[in-house]
Amino acid sequence: MEKKAVSIISNNKTKNITEGIAKLAFQICAVLMIVAVFSITAYMIMKGAPALQKVGITDLLFKTLWKPTAATPSFGILYIILTSIVGTFCAILIGVPIGLLTAIFLAEVAPKPLAIIVQPAVELLAAIPSVIYGLLGLMVLNPIMYFFEQKIYANNNTHQFSGGANLISAIIVLTIMILPTVINISTSAIKAVPQKMKSASLALGATKMQTIFKIVIPAAKSGILSAIVLGVGRALGEAMAISLVSGSAVNMPLPFNSVRFLTTAIVSEMGYANGLHREVLFTIGLVLFVFIMIINLLLSFFVKKGMRQNG
Amino acid sequence: MEKQTKIKVRNLDLFYGANHALKNVNMDIKEKSVTAFIGPSGCGKSTFLKTLNRMNDLVDSVKIDGLVELDNENIYGEDVDTTLLRKKIGMVFQQPNPFPMSIYDNIAYGPRVHGIKDKNKLDRIVEESLRGAAIFDEVKDRLKKSALGLSGGQQQRICIARALAVQPDVLLMDEPTSALDPISTAKIEELMDELKKKYTVVVVTHNMQQAVRVSDETAFFLVGEMVEFNRTKDLFAYPKDKRTEDYITGRFG
Repeated sequence: MEKKAVSIISNNKTKNITEGIAKLAFQICAVLMIVAVFSITAYMIMKGAPALQKVGITDLLFKTLWKPTAATPSFGILYIILTSIVGTFCAILIGVPIGLLTAIFLAEVAPKPLAIIVQPAVELLAAIPSVIYGLLGLMVLNPIMYFFEQKIYANNNTHQFSGGANLISAIIVLTIMILPTVINISTSAIKAVPQKMKSASLALGATKMQTIFKIVIPAAKSGILSAIVLGVGRALGEAMAISLVSGSAVNMPLPFNSVRFLTTAIVSEMGYANGLHREVLFTIGLVLFVFIMIINLLLSFFVKKGMRQNG
Repeated sequence: MEKQTKIKVRNLDLFYGANHALKNVNMDIKEKSVTAFIGPSGCGKSTFLKTLNRMNDLVDSVKIDGLVELDNENIYGEDVDTTLLRKKIGMVFQQPNPFPMSIYDNIAYGPRVHGIKDKNKLDRIVEESLRGAAIFDEVKDRLKKSALGLSGGQQQRICIARALAVQPDVLLMDEPTSALDPISTAKIEELMDELKKKYTVVVVTHNMQQAVRVSDETAFFLVGEMVEFNRTKDLFAYPKDKRTEDYITGRFG
């Protein structure tokens, strides 16, 4: 049978149309996302910046007195900023080593049957709504903290009792909340280290632990840093759980003080604030927004660095 | 002078689960010589190589029967420390696998995990090892640069230097040139000739010509069985087994 010559001139109109529509749909979605990011940024700056000017940047950011509803109101948010920084920092300081060791255990040490049980459990931990963590902290942590508070400040007249709703409770809740993030991402990073590197190390007579700490962890460094940065982002942005356990009073971030975070300040005051007070709350939002942006820039920096290393 | 036996293998059987991957292998590997394992893919030659430094231990579901002796010590004995075994039997892999660190740190890694901290001593070991792997002159000005910036052939010689740095007796090489270009391959083959003066070299290759060029003795494997083991000259000139003859004349494989 003779083969007929097939023309290459387009003959399928519907095919072209579907291709076109699909491409357009993707483009519209992408543009919508960009519009969303830019409009949120613009909105936060528009709403947050005026108060900066009205109160004065230094008065707002570097003064500690927060009396938004007094006759002569004072809007110093330094303690609030410090609380967010200290709380996040401590949660990272405790959570990262625990999370990293758990990740190493899951990825390298745990026998398979155990890892199969623990891994989904950790993932489930990430799915629990934050308010549940808050409730647990309220019921479990605060009474314990109150007990210690009573012991430590037994003969102290200057300490303002918090009933256990203090910075430590908030830090513990934050720590538990960032653990799943740190564990899951670090585990993936550690699992992504090529077997041939581990083999090379073992074949040189290195022990399993030497191989993990000298080869695997350094090779997974950028992934682990991403995990830490995402943990920071999560801790910084968390509002619900810590508003329940931190007592929500503006104080210097000391362990047994009731404290107010950037997020909880907005949550607990937006309902009744008006005028300049309301504008300042937007400024707090802007400060939080700037922090999160910095964190995300760091993240993309680490991810790119990691890609260069492995590329 | 007859060379001493370095590694003695008797009645070795290896199973991956239900898969009988090595069947009753017997072999004497002589010291300070190059022994080559040839055979088609999946014949068990790499698996056998890895039983010699117990890298097969890392595979789940592996079961090994039989005797493997290194200098008259059973390497599968109960009180064997695999880290000491692997210090004595170094290994070079099919794919060059330098660590993502500097050339210096790659070579110093082995000595460091075995407890050498003295900077001068490490410097000396690094230089000697790089010279031993015939790569020193090419990298001496960039020891602090990443080993990943080197070519594949250079990386493989870095890996050989890294293996030499722990001062092994035996060097196992698992198809060390299969990922390399012909020029790099020639350099590594030349190097093997040098290495056998000091080390017992065991090399897996699927390139028969390479076995002819580099080895003193050759073992031919086929589906888990060691078919024939003889001096390389004799094995290729006068194969005793029909299957060996079929393989080296290119009738299968």
